[in-house]
Amino acid sequence: MSIVRPYGDTTGDGMVQLSFTLPIVHDKRAEGAAIQLANKMGMDPALLVHAKPMGDGFTFFVVYGKVSHLVDTEKVQVVERDFPLLSAKEVNATIKRRLRRRLNVVGACIGTDAHTVGIDAILNLKGIAGEKGLEYYSELSVTNMGAQVSVPDLVETAREQKADAVLVSQVVTQRDAHLQNTRAMSAAFREALPAGKRPLLIVGGPRFDELMAGELGVDRIFSRGTTPREVASYLVHALTGSSS
Amino acid sequence: MASKLDLDPRVVRTARRLAAKAGQPVVDLARSHTTVSVERAVLRLAGVHGADQDGIPWVNRLVDAVRADVGLGHGVAVPVFHAMRSTGVDDITVLAQKAAAGAIRFDVPSSRSDLSFVKRAAKRATGAGLKIVDRRRAERERLIKRLGDPQQRPWIYLIVATGDIYEDIPQAQAAARAGADVIAVIRSTGQSLLDYVPEGATREGFAGTYATQENFRLMRAALDETSKELGRYVRLTNYASGLCMPEIAALAGMERLDMMLNDSMYGILFRDINPIRTFVDQRFSRQVHARAGIIINTGEDNYLTTADAVEAAHTVTVSQLLNEFFAHEAGLEDWQLGLGHAFEINPELPESFRLELAHALLARELFPDAPLKWMPPTKHMTGDVFRGNLLDGFFNLVGALTGQGILLVGMMTEAVVTPWLSDRDIALQNVRYVLTGAGNLHEDFVPAPGGFIQQRAHAVLGEAVDLLEKIVDDSMLTAIAEGTFGIMKRPADRGKGLDGVARHEDGYYNPVTEALEA
Repeated sequence: MSIVRPYGDTTGDGMVQLSFTLPIVHDKRAEGAAIQLANKMGMDPALLVHAKPMGDGFTFFVVYGKVSHLVDTEKVQVVERDFPLLSAKEVNATIKRRLRRRLNVVGACIGTDAHTVGIDAILNLKGIAGEKGLEYYSELSVTNMGAQVSVPDLVETAREQKADAVLVSQVVTQRDAHLQNTRAMSAAFREALPAGKRPLLIVGGPRFDELMAGELGVDRIFSRGTTPREVASYLVHALTGSSS
Repeated sequence: MASKLDLDPRVVRTARRLAAKAGQPVVDLARSHTTVSVERAVLRLAGVHGADQDGIPWVNRLVDAVRADVGLGHGVAVPVFHAMRSTGVDDITVLAQKAAAGAIRFDVPSSRSDLSFVKRAAKRATGAGLKIVDRRRAERERLIKRLGDPQQRPWIYLIVATGDIYEDIPQAQAAARAGADVIAVIRSTGQSLLDYVPEGATREGFAGTYATQENFRLMRAALDETSKELGRYVRLTNYASGLCMPEIAALAGMERLDMMLNDSMYGILFRDINPIRTFVDQRFSRQVHARAGIIINTGEDNYLTTADAVEAAHTVTVSQLLNEFFAHEAGLEDWQLGLGHAFEINPELPESFRLELAHALLARELFPDAPLKWMPPTKHMTGDVFRGNLLDGFFNLVGALTGQGILLVGMMTEAVVTPWLSDRDIALQNVRYVLTGAGNLHEDFVPAPGGFIQQRAHAVLGEAVDLLEKIVDDSMLTAIAEGTFGIMKRPADRGKGLDGVARHEDGYYNPVTEALEA
């Protein structure tokens, strides 16, 4: 079935829930305004289930309602994993066989972003969700530069380490800092190194759109929920030109 | 509070003795070194203010000029006040400006009488700065007396972080009206690695607002208004951490901030700041906080965001004991120790709530007179805001059951967005429900003798003692270099800010340290 609707408690009922704040004092008119917004967003009928004044002149609303929109799952565009998921053993064996040396990975949080949680989850031995990080892979040589690394430092280190791949994590998204930083990073690598010498550029972070790789000038974007194993498998796929 | 965990007082004494033994070499290190930021803090207290047209503070320009001529090892007080005397410039900021233009040549006087004259002048000038700190402390005490403290414990601690001080102010006031007892203004990402304190009111920050003297002043004044309106004194918190921790401590003292985040190892582990730089800056900033009557908040919660909260529970205890030792050594009293810990155990783990209770109660009983700071879940907040709100409710319940002093309000949108107005409202509603509903439940909450909670607390304390023994044997700097705390490895000869550290020369003089240790 490729055409679907939201599901409340009956197939096809189209029910959704929504919460938001309006900068107005709570009264009848405010409640009407909330319903008007829900209507304009396509909820019809919209059922105002909760309205609560907050502070000076704000009201919080919860609205349930029916939407008539249909979703065609055939027309959804996503980046499906286009490489096989390998075990750590398989990753190591493939690198050994194909590359005959260790694969060099350099990782960093760039710009003012001080949140190393993402890069550490992927790189640190500790890993995440029960999966060990890339440091655990014997055939991967990992340099974790930590937080607030400048783009020139990253390029320099990548060059020194003869990086096969550069992993950049961006968590802070205020004023689209993650997008700006990523563009600056990919531009710097393009400028510093000729196409054949450029490491594979990978960015990750919870707020990236995986479809934006081309636009940001990187080879791959990993979004929320990515595990070290997926990254390792991708590295093997992209850098050893092999699927096994 | 009567003991609920039946901790063996001998083990507790051993743990404290080991913490002191592990910490003492670090104190010795701090006493024999200075840093650019310590010296800049001295100059700030002596009255240097403002910045050049590029925004570089005059304290930085002055310290750099002194350092270029005579190095840092004598301290800046003597060369600076010697130069004031020999040039006849009587305004220290003017001297800084002239020095920045290359018009002053600094040296250390060799005659005894010159030296003692210069030291007296330095002491007078910095004494005026300390007098401001003292006045602010008296002012706080007066306001608390008049307006009163929050009615309940834990105090409710809320974060504001818009990047724009003029947006922060109404948000902070609204948060206070909605029930917050403590407002923390999160700093802009990246400020910890700036080797200068920005100047003036700021409206541009990333995920937070710059800590500046003017921002401190504006926010304190606004909260004073709100405190009067509410009839309770609303406390203000900022961060004495990063490369400028001593200066920020001094500014906080002069602008009557009430609490400062100030951990002994956070900068080393999480910002890769050089360990020696951190410990030297740390000691000075804590001495200032002690004088200013500021409550420090330590950062043990952070260890649990990188390490596993069950496996690493004892590292929190060890860090709390070390933080306590360093704090006492610097003159802080127990009521000023907001030792940190956090609700970070994986909620999928069976008995996770019971383990949280055991850990929280252990901290409570080890530090009965400290206003412990209880930090909400972050690591296991997934973006499922409904589950997040439930976790925060359980976090609040632990806070109520174990008598925590300061409760940082958890946001169900942690890891999703910087808190929205409605997120904060929902979070406060959660806190109010739990604290009111639970009431004095802590009176009835007495873990079974020899039961799971007691056993777990004893086990964690035992592991903490083992680790402290290892730290004493290896030395603390080695432990940090080897990644004992929070997994990160930080050798003493690496990290940011190392070039701003200098060993004391014979005759090093710091009038502020002298006054604070008197």
